[in-house]
Amino acid sequence: MANDAIRFFLTRFGLTVGQIEDLLATALARGGDYADLYFEYRVNNSVALEERIVKTSARSVAQGVGVRVIAGEKTGYAYTAEIAFAAIRQAASTASFIARTTGTTEPVGINATPLVHDLYSVDAPLSGAPLKRKIELLTQADIAARAFDRRIREVQVGVHDEIKYVMIATSDGRLVGDVQPLARIGMTCIADDDGNRQAGRGGGGGRIGMEFFEDALTPDVLARTVALQAITQLEARPTPAGTMAVVLGPGWPGILLHEAVGHGLESDFNRKGSSAFTGRIGERVASELCTVVDDGTLAGRRGSLNVDDEGQPTGCTVLIENGVLRGYMSDHLNAELMGAAATGNGRRQSYKHIPLPRMTNTFMLAGQSDPQEIIRSVKRGLYAVQFGGGQVDITNGEFAFSASEAYLIEDGKVTAPVRGATLRGNGPEALKHVTAVGNDLELDLGVGMCGKEGQMLPVGVGLPTIKISEMTVGGTSA
Amino acid sequence: MRFELTKESAEQLAQEAVRRGASAAEVVMKRRQEFAVSVRLGEVEKIKESTDQGLGLRVLINGQQASVSCSDFSREAVLRLVDEAVELARATSIDESAGLPEASELAREIPALELYDEAVERLTTEEKIAMALRAERAAQSYSDRISNFDGGGLETASSTIVLANSLGFAGQYDGTMIGLATVPVAADDQGRMQRDYWYDTRRRLEDLTAPEAIGRIAAQRTLRKLNGRSVPTQTVPVVFDPSMSASLLGNLFEAASGEAIFRRASFLVGQLGEEVASRHLTVIDDGRLPGKLGSRPFDGEGLPTRRTVLIEQGRLESYLLNSYTARKLGLRSTGNAARALIGAPTVDAGNLYIAAGPHTPAEIIGSVGKGLYLTEMIGQGVNIVTGDYSRSAGGLWIENGELTFAVQGVTVAGNLKEMLRGIGMVGNDLDFRGSVAAPTLLIDRMTISA
Repeated sequence: MANDAIRFFLTRFGLTVGQIEDLLATALARGGDYADLYFEYRVNNSVALEERIVKTSARSVAQGVGVRVIAGEKTGYAYTAEIAFAAIRQAASTASFIARTTGTTEPVGINATPLVHDLYSVDAPLSGAPLKRKIELLTQADIAARAFDRRIREVQVGVHDEIKYVMIATSDGRLVGDVQPLARIGMTCIADDDGNRQAGRGGGGGRIGMEFFEDALTPDVLARTVALQAITQLEARPTPAGTMAVVLGPGWPGILLHEAVGHGLESDFNRKGSSAFTGRIGERVASELCTVVDDGTLAGRRGSLNVDDEGQPTGCTVLIENGVLRGYMSDHLNAELMGAAATGNGRRQSYKHIPLPRMTNTFMLAGQSDPQEIIRSVKRGLYAVQFGGGQVDITNGEFAFSASEAYLIEDGKVTAPVRGATLRGNGPEALKHVTAVGNDLELDLGVGMCGKEGQMLPVGVGLPTIKISEMTVGGTSA
Repeated sequence: MRFELTKESAEQLAQEAVRRGASAAEVVMKRRQEFAVSVRLGEVEKIKESTDQGLGLRVLINGQQASVSCSDFSREAVLRLVDEAVELARATSIDESAGLPEASELAREIPALELYDEAVERLTTEEKIAMALRAERAAQSYSDRISNFDGGGLETASSTIVLANSLGFAGQYDGTMIGLATVPVAADDQGRMQRDYWYDTRRRLEDLTAPEAIGRIAAQRTLRKLNGRSVPTQTVPVVFDPSMSASLLGNLFEAASGEAIFRRASFLVGQLGEEVASRHLTVIDDGRLPGKLGSRPFDGEGLPTRRTVLIEQGRLESYLLNSYTARKLGLRSTGNAARALIGAPTVDAGNLYIAAGPHTPAEIIGSVGKGLYLTEMIGQGVNIVTGDYSRSAGGLWIENGELTFAVQGVTVAGNLKEMLRGIGMVGNDLDFRGSVAAPTLLIDRMTISA
């Protein structure tokens, strides 16, 4: 597969391996420690249904090359949308200005490097599927949601897919290629009961093909989940405010880990000493029930990659082991500067962006507890099963995320739905209050987007049912 | 043969799409030259420099609609995409409301709005680095407690936008942007770190806040967060600082956007002409303020931009609309279409602001016996459909009209409907640092949870 992508770029744009070596030499002509070239050719398709009609369909083609030069802690970067030797050479020359010393590194000859992983076993990528078939998925979801409850008044549903060819050439001799499929279905249902209007949102996908929507997540199942969320909200009451026990359901609530610990364990913040987790490796930052990993090697997952955007194979990095902080997620630059190994977490949104340490699929390993027992153990608290977005200030550790489907727990039973619950906490402290971890680890359905320094990337999260003995819940009912 | 980034070329392409089967077509072309430098602890960290361009085409076949985009301007690539667009459109449904604007509504003249500043383009790399370093140095020298930086730098961009459609509209404008920011980190006696930032973004170099002032404000904002603590759960008045007021205004924009209204997904549905806020609140969108970031001569569909009063002394006067949402609602477009390279036009504000009131920020804070001066919020806990509002918050505690200790680890909650009605005072400190601007606001009661 690596060779497919390499061949794609070399033949389609008439480039030779010798020219790529020349470009790396141009990038390092004024000095520097390292240079790389990131070639990207990407096609995105989308089609969306709303008000029972297919309103719009779109297709975009993006292509370009980013050239990076690293000199110590400094990075020079330039890109071009034109994949042609002269244009890339110009970009390489622009990027090279960051290095003001001369001739410290000579690039070595590049060799095609085989992929370690083969994570996208896709029978029929959506990018090649007939538009008619995608429209059938949308129609099916629309019909199923409206059939679920007559109070579902509006349905918006869209299918988005991407096929991305990447080729990465590095001054330390690697030439890596990958062809990365990605697809998702996204859905919003609006329920209306006599003027009381509530929305439900959901979706799913991954680095998968059409078979995913025929098997793992059918439009019917998705529609019922999202419609139920909207209908449930109709009866929801305001969330009581205050500190209480919180039980998080399995799967998407793993966004807690992404916000509470994930961002704070990205190596750039830790190298610069601006993370609340800086210098705390080996310290207890969670209860001993918690083991948290970032794993980019799970087949077909949204956050998975055969190689990261610096050409490094992805891996499984243990972040927290039995409550003790073990490691950071790193890209090339920060690994070099920290004297650590790159963990395959160097990612970028596109050829226009400089790689940063980013998450892949971040989740907590399963524990021993029965999820039903966990709920039964709570006298008064909150059971949160679906979330909207979250955010963190990595320096003081404060994080917040908002529940889109949550219920009260009263005397060990899940009772009334509540709305408007925001959970907040502090990264290095929050997981210390985890007092039970379920045996029901689930990964999310595959819709997560993560933003950092203006770069958006697909990621995955996962969680077994967990109990947090105390957490601040923001709500309007005092 | 290539298409060029010109009005003539864009018009030709729109006509070519009609020849190839579209009943109407619209072409957008964008070129952007960007530069960004980030600095840290007196050194350059990253420099990024590039020129990028792209082309987008929207085709309609009597209510069927599709869009395509690419960065390759070669005739062959573009024409292949035109054919694909026509094919995609044929697979969609007929949407009676989809289409280009009425020809009579299109802009006839392109006013000069001072959107382009040659001085921004003339800045050398060394000058840009120096400005970024000056902001950082000003923050660092403000206090020994400023021990580190989490980022900061300067970016500039100059862009050209071309829009043409098959009704004969063709327009073009250039614009510049310059932004400067610094993000200091400070630690308290226990070693607990805080960071905050300050920035400015403008079209013209001469409008940009001095780097020293940006550094000083960033330092002050960071230092005042030190030694933060929680407060008990209670319902109190909350004073929104201008950046938090701007965030609230962002929520109000979402709720007043035609896209939320026609979907009936906003708490402002059916409220035109009604009192939706206290009489102290007036909200205006103006796409024609000279030299402002949100200004542009025509919108994403070629309509003239304009001044629209959304809320006049508490009364909802208008939504913000593009042609599509206007047709859905039986109203007229307010010239607020936004056009990305790909997709149907969406709705965006020009320069959206809350009209300044009579009070100084000190008077507003001074009027509060016990409450929160809100300077920071994180999380996305705002529900535009219901107005439910619940976000993690930080700021300073107000006691007897005075700012006291830093507050961290709380949430603020309310409902936008009640919050708007509860605006008791509006500050006189309106300052456009971007395209959404608002003064200090007092909201009479919100729930704070700890």
